[in-house]
Amino acid sequence: MPLILNEEQEMLKESARGFLEEKAPVAALRKLRDEKSEDGFSRELWKEMADMGWAGILVDESHGGAGFGFVGAGVLAEEMGRTLAASPFLSTSVLAATALNKFAGDAHKQEYLPKIATGDVIMALAVDEGRKHGPKETALTAEKSGNGFRLNGAKTFVADGHVADKIIVAARTAGAAGEEAGLSLFMIDRKAKGVTADRVNLADSRNAASIRFENVEATGEDVIGEIDSGYAALEGVLAAGRAGLAAEMSGSAQHVFDMTTGYLKERKQFGKVIGSFQALQHRAAHLYCEIELVKSVVLKALQDLDNAFGMAGVTCSLAKAKAGEVAKLASREAVQMHGGIGMTDEFDVGLFMKRIRVAQEMFGDGAYHADRIARLRGY
Amino acid sequence: MSDLEAFRTQARAWLEENCPKEMRDGAVGEEFVCWGGRNWTFKSEAQKTWLDRMASKGWTVPAWPVEYGGGGLSREEVKVLKEEMRRIKARSPLESFGIWMLGPALLKYGTHEQKAHFLPPIARGEIRWCQGYSEPNAGSDLASLQCKCEDKGDHWLVNGQKIWTSYADEADWIFVLVRTDPKAAKHDGISFILIDMATKGVSTKPIKLISGKSPFCETFFDDVETPKEHAPGVNAVVGALNRGWDVAKYLLTHEREMIGGGGSGAMGGARGIGEIAVDCLGVDETGRLRDAILRARVAETEVDGWAFLLTMERLKDEAKAGQGMGAKSSMLKYYGTELNKRRYELFMDAAGSEGLEWDSERSEDGKLVKGWLRTKANSIEGGTSEVQLNIISKRILELPDA
Repeated sequence: MPLILNEEQEMLKESARGFLEEKAPVAALRKLRDEKSEDGFSRELWKEMADMGWAGILVDESHGGAGFGFVGAGVLAEEMGRTLAASPFLSTSVLAATALNKFAGDAHKQEYLPKIATGDVIMALAVDEGRKHGPKETALTAEKSGNGFRLNGAKTFVADGHVADKIIVAARTAGAAGEEAGLSLFMIDRKAKGVTADRVNLADSRNAASIRFENVEATGEDVIGEIDSGYAALEGVLAAGRAGLAAEMSGSAQHVFDMTTGYLKERKQFGKVIGSFQALQHRAAHLYCEIELVKSVVLKALQDLDNAFGMAGVTCSLAKAKAGEVAKLASREAVQMHGGIGMTDEFDVGLFMKRIRVAQEMFGDGAYHADRIARLRGY
Repeated sequence: MSDLEAFRTQARAWLEENCPKEMRDGAVGEEFVCWGGRNWTFKSEAQKTWLDRMASKGWTVPAWPVEYGGGGLSREEVKVLKEEMRRIKARSPLESFGIWMLGPALLKYGTHEQKAHFLPPIARGEIRWCQGYSEPNAGSDLASLQCKCEDKGDHWLVNGQKIWTSYADEADWIFVLVRTDPKAAKHDGISFILIDMATKGVSTKPIKLISGKSPFCETFFDDVETPKEHAPGVNAVVGALNRGWDVAKYLLTHEREMIGGGGSGAMGGARGIGEIAVDCLGVDETGRLRDAILRARVAETEVDGWAFLLTMERLKDEAKAGQGMGAKSSMLKYYGTELNKRRYELFMDAAGSEGLEWDSERSEDGKLVKGWLRTKANSIEGGTSEVQLNIISKRILELPDA
């Protein structure tokens, strides 16, 4: 399959860019931050996105979605990365939609996929418990109790966790932290007894939460995938999330790079535009190359998710590793080349730097994924 | 069956019947290449048979038109042919600067007479070409070249020196950038001219490199008289007089794509760095390479290598879809060669003191250490990394001149 967007995907990209520039510019995120919005995103805007088919981009048409596949979802994530648009897109439309599409039973699909597509339900994925990503390290327990389960433990760094209606939780039904076996995924109502979700303000002013589970009751019907063998499903959902974040970071990196080259052409010092200085030209040209590499790995990962979902984990790791490292470089170079103004809150570059830092940490940073690739390649 | 599948069936049958067994060992590398030319000594009867048979089909240059010795194949058919050759691990029948560089230049800028005269001997491996671009005082600033070419009525008189001419001592003909108008602006007075290396006054001197090898020469032109036409209607100058820079630029793009491709070994057919490092150093009880810091550097380089490979694929797909590659070839040249240098540094790190052996038997005559030294030229030849970054800055990012 050629490594380029098809016509339909190109059109989606173009219309997404126009929409986001108008409705969700960086100023919109700034406003949410400064007004200390409790939701952390605009529900009205999310409804509009849903009306355009974005919320259900991965939901097939029989469930009321757009059925555009992962490349389509990545195109949207990339454009959202360009304007730092805040929405439950990653948590609900990528992570939860993938979990339901690929691993849930028919009843769950019938009930929730149409609601995801209409924007009427928000979902979150709760995986990590410590400061670094580690799905296998899951210690939150789901003990058998009567006919059901009882969940105890805590999750952190949960995107949209405090606004989600439903939380998909990775829990240990057997085995010990560090093991792949013994994991199961549960879908829990955020308002269920014993669930406490607290928003945690992160550097990027987007949504993240810490969630405590105290004797939360669940039944076998709340399980997504298989009991004790949920690791494969979790990895599948994480692969989609990693590709989504990589696409978002690709968009953010491209945008800060455009801002930077724009500034290099206009800012004058020593009587010349600073873009004429070779010390800056070569750094900009190097960064250009790195960003081109990111575009390739991101598209490859998204295509792999569409064409061979079960095999896509490794290219999703590649995309997450490369996009994270390059986006960080792009934001650092952007601040440095903008000089003093790049350090001011008034200027947008800092917001990109903060969001990129968060996105590259979520679901595994560059080191995590480079290690994973090394293991898969036998060293 | 589609036409392409029918072609595959035919190609497979023909290769099966015509590729000698000895040429099916998948051998690549300097010592197995067939360069052809007047002075060429075939390494085996099979090498000659393989060249002759492939040339008779036009498949040494499968994409060139049939009338000029090529196979007249479409881009898709060429891809199929390459796949079928890889399937039986067939060696390449012929490599040369004629195929890689002069051919594409003549196909784009040459007259019918020039193509008909020069291309078929390249396709048959009869004439070996070399490239006369750089001069002692014109390296990165290639357009400042001074090699003089004067109009003497019925012939050209050439005086000057070229340097870094690959395999000039073994080549039959040379394509040279010369200054035909010393008064014009530096890019405007250059012409692209073809000269027989056997002409009186042309001489070469090999340059010994840090690897101990001499793949490059100095080439001298002392009062070289070369005809204006090499045969009736066959002009010695390619393209318009004084417009040689256009041809040179076009060819440099080709060269960059070719050299940059070397970086793709990171995840291509070649063995991975990690795999080689494990052979050298072993793994610990968790299965990880026994040197944690080297392992991390290897992993980062493999991530970049894989991303680079995908980028070459994407740019080719974009080019096919009509977006063209243009100055992006500078990106491939820059990133691919820098990556190749990184890979060889890591190979050397993994190999330790054994990797430093210069001529021992177990080192296969210092294959690794000499290969490592060879890569240092990657980011110099065909335009330095710094020149590529300048091109990206100006042509792609449109940053202003200093």
